Amino acid sequence: MAFVQQSSPHAHNARPTSRVMLWVIIAALPGLLAQTLFFGWGNLINVIWCIAVALASEAAILALRNKPVAFFLKDNTAAVTGLLLGLSLPQFLPLWVSAIAVISAIVVAKQLYGGLGSNPFNPAMVGYALVLISFPVAMTTNWAEPAMLWKGAPGFGETLGTIISAKQTAVDGWTMATPLDEYKHKIATHTAEEVLRHPTFGTGVARGWEWVNAAFLAGGLLLVVLRIITWHIPVAFLAGLTIMSLAFGNNADQYAPVTLHLLAGGTMLGAFFIATDPVSAATSHQGKLIYGAGIGILIYLIRTWGNYPDAVAFSVLLMNFAVPFIDHYTPPRTYGHHKPRRGLASRDQG
Amino acid sequence: MTQLWNFSGGVHPAENKHQSTARPVRVAGIPDLLVLPLQQHIGEPAEAVVNRGDRVLKGQKIADVTMGMGVPIHAPTSGIIENIADLPVPHPSGMNDRCITLKPDGEDQWLPLSPISDYRGMERDEVLRIIREAGVCGLGGAGFPTDIKLRPPRDRKVSTLILNGAECEPYITADDMTMREQADEVVAGLKIMAWILRPERCVIGVEDNKPEAVDAMRKATEGTQIELAVIPTKYPSGGEKQLIEILTGMEVPSGGIPADIGVMCQNIGTAVAVARAVFEGKPLISRIVTITGEAVREPGNFEALIGTPVEYLLEQAGLEAERVSRLVMGGPMMGYTLHTTAVPVIKTSNCVIAATAVELPAPPPEQPCIRCGECAEVCPMGLLPQQLFWHSKASEFEKAEHLNLFDCIECGACSYVCPSSIPLVQYYRYAKGEIRIQKAEQLKADRARERFEARQARLEREQQEKEQRRKERAKAAAEAQAKKQAEAQNASAEGEATDERAAKAALVQQALARKKAKADTAKTDADVPAGETPDIPDLEKQLAHAQSKLATMQGMLDDAKAQQADNVDKLERAVAKNHDRVKRAENALADARKQLANQTESQSTD
Repeated sequence: MAFVQQSSPHAHNARPTSRVMLWVIIAALPGLLAQTLFFGWGNLINVIWCIAVALASEAAILALRNKPVAFFLKDNTAAVTGLLLGLSLPQFLPLWVSAIAVISAIVVAKQLYGGLGSNPFNPAMVGYALVLISFPVAMTTNWAEPAMLWKGAPGFGETLGTIISAKQTAVDGWTMATPLDEYKHKIATHTAEEVLRHPTFGTGVARGWEWVNAAFLAGGLLLVVLRIITWHIPVAFLAGLTIMSLAFGNNADQYAPVTLHLLAGGTMLGAFFIATDPVSAATSHQGKLIYGAGIGILIYLIRTWGNYPDAVAFSVLLMNFAVPFIDHYTPPRTYGHHKPRRGLASRDQG
Repeated sequence: MTQLWNFSGGVHPAENKHQSTARPVRVAGIPDLLVLPLQQHIGEPAEAVVNRGDRVLKGQKIADVTMGMGVPIHAPTSGIIENIADLPVPHPSGMNDRCITLKPDGEDQWLPLSPISDYRGMERDEVLRIIREAGVCGLGGAGFPTDIKLRPPRDRKVSTLILNGAECEPYITADDMTMREQADEVVAGLKIMAWILRPERCVIGVEDNKPEAVDAMRKATEGTQIELAVIPTKYPSGGEKQLIEILTGMEVPSGGIPADIGVMCQNIGTAVAVARAVFEGKPLISRIVTITGEAVREPGNFEALIGTPVEYLLEQAGLEAERVSRLVMGGPMMGYTLHTTAVPVIKTSNCVIAATAVELPAPPPEQPCIRCGECAEVCPMGLLPQQLFWHSKASEFEKAEHLNLFDCIECGACSYVCPSSIPLVQYYRYAKGEIRIQKAEQLKADRARERFEARQARLEREQQEKEQRRKERAKAAAEAQAKKQAEAQNASAEGEATDERAAKAALVQQALARKKAKADTAKTDADVPAGETPDIPDLEKQLAHAQSKLATMQGMLDDAKAQQADNVDKLERAVAKNHDRVKRAENALADARKQLANQTESQSTD
């Protein structure tokens, strides 16, 4: 008889990477649904397009690298990168700009660094930051007017046509800046009350945006409950942002209020879906808290005193830089040891 | 209610325990042939004390460890020693090792036993010796000799004695059934160990997935001071370090032993073996083994003789040979696969799983690590498994060691949850092995270097000494030369200073005369050793005389001592005196010889 020879453990209860990624996609659906409801077809088209480009570019680069294409495509990680970009890019962003974002994310930020698990930076955010810097006008003016679904929004065909065609001017009537952008630019010359009269803010915090953020929060909580992600990064992220805006933003006539910081822009998407990318995030619990808090604080700094209205991408990338450093100084204490062993191994240390 | 603590991490694998607890423990009986490996635990392998063809009785010692750590092995039944040869043994490597094979004669005839009813009246060391002689070692893990474990270092008082009945590995139910059916023996064994160690506290830890065992143990411990702690089911709460943390809240220091914090853990089966060794005088010749898995029709627990081939037990459990895909010795989390069913049950064998391909499927291909951190979440030791994996894979062993690689208990929780299906534990084992090899080589290299350096130092010293001697001789020669010149100058100053040739001739004459004189003296020295040089034969005679006198006195003293005579003191003094005399004679002789040797040497150098 020939028996299977195998190293222990012999039992496995792994939730394979592909299923983990599938859950991320499922958890993002409420947010996508909210985006579609409040901002029209744009994000849905973006998501489908970005996933398609992500899979195609992943397949191409894997083939070039002589890696098993089907094996890696099945892990769903490329699809998630495409999904995240589709969710975060402006609704009326031209196809080719999205494509550049996706291709640079997959090909450069992920595969050229060694593929899955080897990328030091969050691929989706590399793609996002790249197009944000390269095409600032397209990236800041193609946001859909909120809640236009209720008042004769452009249909699917029209939206698709706008995204595909190069004639971006046709949609001027529907597009606008984001609430954070609006607030930031108007508050210099107006009072908070005047700024908030603008239709983008609606009666709540930021018409449409608060629902989208709430939906991403719900999806994110699902991920926490399913133990796909731990609470550390999102909580530290939101805490960092909240504490900063409470500390500096108590005067609404000068700085955006905390509600706007939390519920407008990409805050919840960033906290639960983007910052939690395990490959590029810190590993230990303590490290995750530092990493998340760092992102939250940086977001506030960039939003308030920087040049960009939203700052999730830059903050995540900046903290990605710090991950090896954080990891070296935040190992957990091992059983039976007095202190955690920090820093690098060196010959003189016992 | 015992206070319980929690340990970090842990997993909840499917338990699969009910299959093997449906029936009571069955006695497996005597197989056609018993195979007894000489190495059944860590430490030294035993050496056979029987020969091929010997007839042995049940319980007779057939192998023992005389040097180093170990316990003897006994014949599990009466029969003939058939052979002592290399046969497959239960080991992860699938290797062969020295085994005694015993052909049972079917009579199962015991050696006369000497049970002890009141061990409390005995010396503790004597009870420990009985435990050792009965071949008792830990039945749970590595099989550490129990008597050695029961002697903690003198400065480490054991204040808490823990009996480990957690049995957290899936499938295994040997301890569970032992507690259900032999609860009194478990408690009796625990009491003996407690009597030896005198702890302040005795705790039996049982996972709450064994209600029947808990009930049985509760009954057995009623009226005693033994605590029964029912702990939550979580793997690996049966790990020694984890159980100690659960029951005491303390951590065993890294690199230390539980005795360092005043704790000792013993296994359920070990307690039974101790009780049997003392109360029945029976050595450890059988144990309870779980035979389970979907490829056996009637899984259950068997009381099997040590040395019973696994094959025999599998057949009794209704093996469906064509369905077995993987044969695991131990549990699915930490057990190892067997190459053949011919291997025997040894003292540490607690379970054999005959698993079908569906039951324990081959793992999917390994994917890249995405640093999800799931492994760190479940690690009971608070390690960073993924970092250890990176470093092990990249052969950065120093970094892996820095991250406490050697604190890994190889419980397999990290591999169990890894979404990328990475065989993490295998990487750690590899890294540990490599580090051990490197260290051994380093040690070897260090020793070789030390030896080399010592040799170099010795050669240098010898060279220096030689040089020193040469210098001294040169100096002496120079002095002599100077003296000669001075004399010559004096002579020439005295005589006709102008006639250099005459002076020179005189010098030459003088030198020749000196040389002749010296040669003559040397000759006299050699011919007549008396005078300045000591008389060796005489000294030797003196020594012999003193020695004979000493011998006589010693003889007299011995006689006196034997008769307890009054003059013992006197004679002792006389012997001491003669001792001194002999010594003096010896010294004198040695000095004389040295002197003689020096003289000879100085002559030869001249």
